[in-house]
Amino acid sequence: MTELVLTLIVAPMVCALGLFCLRGKGGGTDWIRRVLVVAGVLVVCVASVMLAMGRGGGQSETRPSGSVFLQNGVGLHVLPNHHDAIHWGIMAIELLMAAYVLYVGIRSKKWFIVILMVAQAGLMGWFELTMTHGGGGEILKVPQDLFVDKFAIIMALINGLVGGGICLYALGYMKDYHAGSGHKDVADRRSMFFTLLFIFMGAMFGLIFSNNLMWLFLFWEITTLCSYLLIGYTRTPEAKRNALRALWMNLLGGLAFAIAIVLLQRQTGATELQEMLKLASNKTILLLPAALLCFAGISKAAQLPFSNWLLGAMVAPTPVSALLHSSTMVKAGVYLVLRMSPIVTGTGVGLIVAVVGGVTFLIGSLAAITASDAKRVLAWSTVANLGLIVLCGGVGTYAAVWAGVLLIIFHAVAKCLLFLCVGVVEHKLHSRDVDAMSALIVKMPLVGGMMLIGMAGMFLAPFGMLISKWAVLKAVVDASPSLSLLVVFGSSATLFFWVKWMGKLVQTVGIPDRIRHELHAGEAVAMCGLTVLTFLACVLFPLISLIFIEPYVDGLPYSNVPRELLGSGNVTIMILMMGMVMLFPLSMLFRSRGGGVKIVDPYLCGANVEGSIKFVGSGGTVETMAMNNYYMRNLLSERLMMGWGSAFCTVILAAMLAVMAVQACR
Amino acid sequence: MSINSWISLILYVLAAPFIGGALTGFDRWLSARMQARRGPSILQSFYDVRKLWQKQNLVVRSSQNFYVVFFLIFVIFTGGLFFAGVDLLMVVFALTLAAIFFVLAAYKTSSPYSFVGAERELMQMMAYEPMVLLTAIGMYMVTKSFQVDAIARHSGLLVLVLPGVFLGFLFTLVIKFRKSPFDLSASHHAHQELVRGMTTEFSGRTLALIEIAHWYETVFLLGWVYLFFASLPWLGVLAALAVFLLMILVDNAFARLKWHALKSAWVVAAVLGFGNILILSAFKA
Repeated sequence: MTELVLTLIVAPMVCALGLFCLRGKGGGTDWIRRVLVVAGVLVVCVASVMLAMGRGGGQSETRPSGSVFLQNGVGLHVLPNHHDAIHWGIMAIELLMAAYVLYVGIRSKKWFIVILMVAQAGLMGWFELTMTHGGGGEILKVPQDLFVDKFAIIMALINGLVGGGICLYALGYMKDYHAGSGHKDVADRRSMFFTLLFIFMGAMFGLIFSNNLMWLFLFWEITTLCSYLLIGYTRTPEAKRNALRALWMNLLGGLAFAIAIVLLQRQTGATELQEMLKLASNKTILLLPAALLCFAGISKAAQLPFSNWLLGAMVAPTPVSALLHSSTMVKAGVYLVLRMSPIVTGTGVGLIVAVVGGVTFLIGSLAAITASDAKRVLAWSTVANLGLIVLCGGVGTYAAVWAGVLLIIFHAVAKCLLFLCVGVVEHKLHSRDVDAMSALIVKMPLVGGMMLIGMAGMFLAPFGMLISKWAVLKAVVDASPSLSLLVVFGSSATLFFWVKWMGKLVQTVGIPDRIRHELHAGEAVAMCGLTVLTFLACVLFPLISLIFIEPYVDGLPYSNVPRELLGSGNVTIMILMMGMVMLFPLSMLFRSRGGGVKIVDPYLCGANVEGSIKFVGSGGTVETMAMNNYYMRNLLSERLMMGWGSAFCTVILAAMLAVMAVQACR
Repeated sequence: MSINSWISLILYVLAAPFIGGALTGFDRWLSARMQARRGPSILQSFYDVRKLWQKQNLVVRSSQNFYVVFFLIFVIFTGGLFFAGVDLLMVVFALTLAAIFFVLAAYKTSSPYSFVGAERELMQMMAYEPMVLLTAIGMYMVTKSFQVDAIARHSGLLVLVLPGVFLGFLFTLVIKFRKSPFDLSASHHAHQELVRGMTTEFSGRTLALIEIAHWYETVFLLGWVYLFFASLPWLGVLAALAVFLLMILVDNAFARLKWHALKSAWVVAAVLGFGNILILSAFKA
């Protein structure tokens, strides 16, 4: 198992190195790049699936006595003889990254970034030096730097399959991106781009499997830096601005992370994630580090005071958005929050984290209504759904954590699919406005159909997200009923923006042209794969829950385990419902043409001209009919909601940290 | 599922259209009396549907009728779930799914009037959904179960502990029945700005199916009203009928509002529904 986990972390890095060395333009380079990417993706996918199937040496063999942390966690020794070399290697990478960030901060004159970086690097440097030398040199050694448990396996599967799919998709997409007329002024830095994608993926694997908090922190910072570089890919002023914003917001979280590690080590002597969870009952000591880690998670997961960076990230090419939104980056944030949930559950910290998540869910959902740019709708919806997961983490009961993990799975596949669809549509229609996607199901039946499946997976009964939302609602009602208010209002807002988008896709005025050649090979593989994954996740979720999620949650220190989560009867009904919904596309495919109906023009007050498209207006002139969605901008102001929401969340988060700090000082 | 739930499920599927149709006919008769007209017979809705069934089926897009068929199927399914006594949240989600099929049908017709109707219907769904969910949550907090049959067996009179939730639910019923002042999306009477809203482009059998779906929906929603009084069955039936009369009265007493007024639904849900739930949880703690 150690080999598999190391493969997952190292293989993408090796691939990245190869891609980095690949210079020059032309068909040959393109071809080598394609081979490298496909090979890297294959390795990662196969390794993550093998890991999930429990292959790679068998669990019993790599579970020596004394290293079983929790019920299902397995600790892994990584090259125990080369511990010092690894340690110094990590230090060197951290120093390099810090130097680069300082350079970026100084070059762009963002002094806030410089201050954050200096504070963080100073703290970590001081900590590592005093610990390794002054403190005897052995303290920071932990027996198991990496570990694997069911939650980590789920995350690895998401990262491997979804992230791999995105890399494949990016091959064709980036070719179009630079060939198209829209991005002529953007320098073709595809080598850099793919290098970063793979580093990102490798770092995410590292983050998932890290037990040593120092390692976790290293990978955390790598994802921050990668996202900065990827968001700024186009080098337009807007991209630079947004990239810097992402950088400082995530650095703030990184600083909180660093403080958490130092505090934890000072108070308990532990620098291990699992060690921390083992002490979960000792809330007085652990609460402050856990709160700081939650804060770091909240910043990375783009929760409310920090939502801006994720919205700004859509200036980057679509694969980046897909990567940030679905499999990596923001998922790292919610991963950490969910990991902390056994510690924060039932405390004031948990409540505040839950409120931040709930408020973000509500405001994100409402803001998505006002957006007409498809990517912005998706971005807000991501923010909202992550809010729901953070809410679960904050509530932290058995059912809530279960629902949170389920949400991560469904959100990752469906949201990735939607982003990839929007990317393709943008290239073909030269617009990503939702209103411009009218009749997409006729123009691009394949992409349109996939989009509908993705959307159904995002909100519709009986598909993925709805199951989790339902579980969230039940969990929240049992834990603290007042939070349910945020969930019910938020979820009805999600309904509005998804259905109006679906409606646009099916609405067909006149006879639109069919667009030929919808997808490149890589795009087709990734998107078809994700469609199948979305579908399978929905159909097989009871199985996923049984094999992965329930064992994970069972291993957490909970005293009151609910008798049943959704109830077997409900699952049966849901599967019945799913079958009924499936009949719908089938009946569409097999319907008899004509079918005894007479086709007429729509009603335009009897003043139709040229069929259904034009009509005679009141002034006697011929007008073209147009239908645009409601955005309710006169009722809901994105700016105001975000301002108030951010202010509120900032205040409660700051208050939480301040109160905890004061308590800790006493 | 027990034998009783099967019986009530089958009864619902068979009898609901007759009860619903009769109620709709009664609605038209009473409305006419309120407006000092003679009005049609109580069986008029059935006559209408029979007539529609024989009409030619005109469509704008050839696939639009499929959505309506699935709308009907899922409305029946929703009511069936409710009367079979399963999870109330599940019922709400099935109801939403049914409504979405109807909205998509209206989008599919690609006509401006049905488009406006569809957008407004979505707005209305957004308006009533929180209160409907809060109703389910309120019932859960009192009875400790989301199962409809368990809620129905609860010994106390739910309306006494959930008065705010009940009033909020009544408010959403006005929206759900598409009565004035909330008949924004598909008015029963043609209006200049909306024509017939979502149903503008449906005709013949498809329109008949929409009518039948509304009958089923009416019975299901009144069944939910009954649930508030379930410990005293006769009172429950009376209350459901009284609520239906109230809806007719409200329909005739109010003018249609602009859609901005739907804000009020959220305010009602937040104040009445959530206030009630907060008080409940305070008492529990």
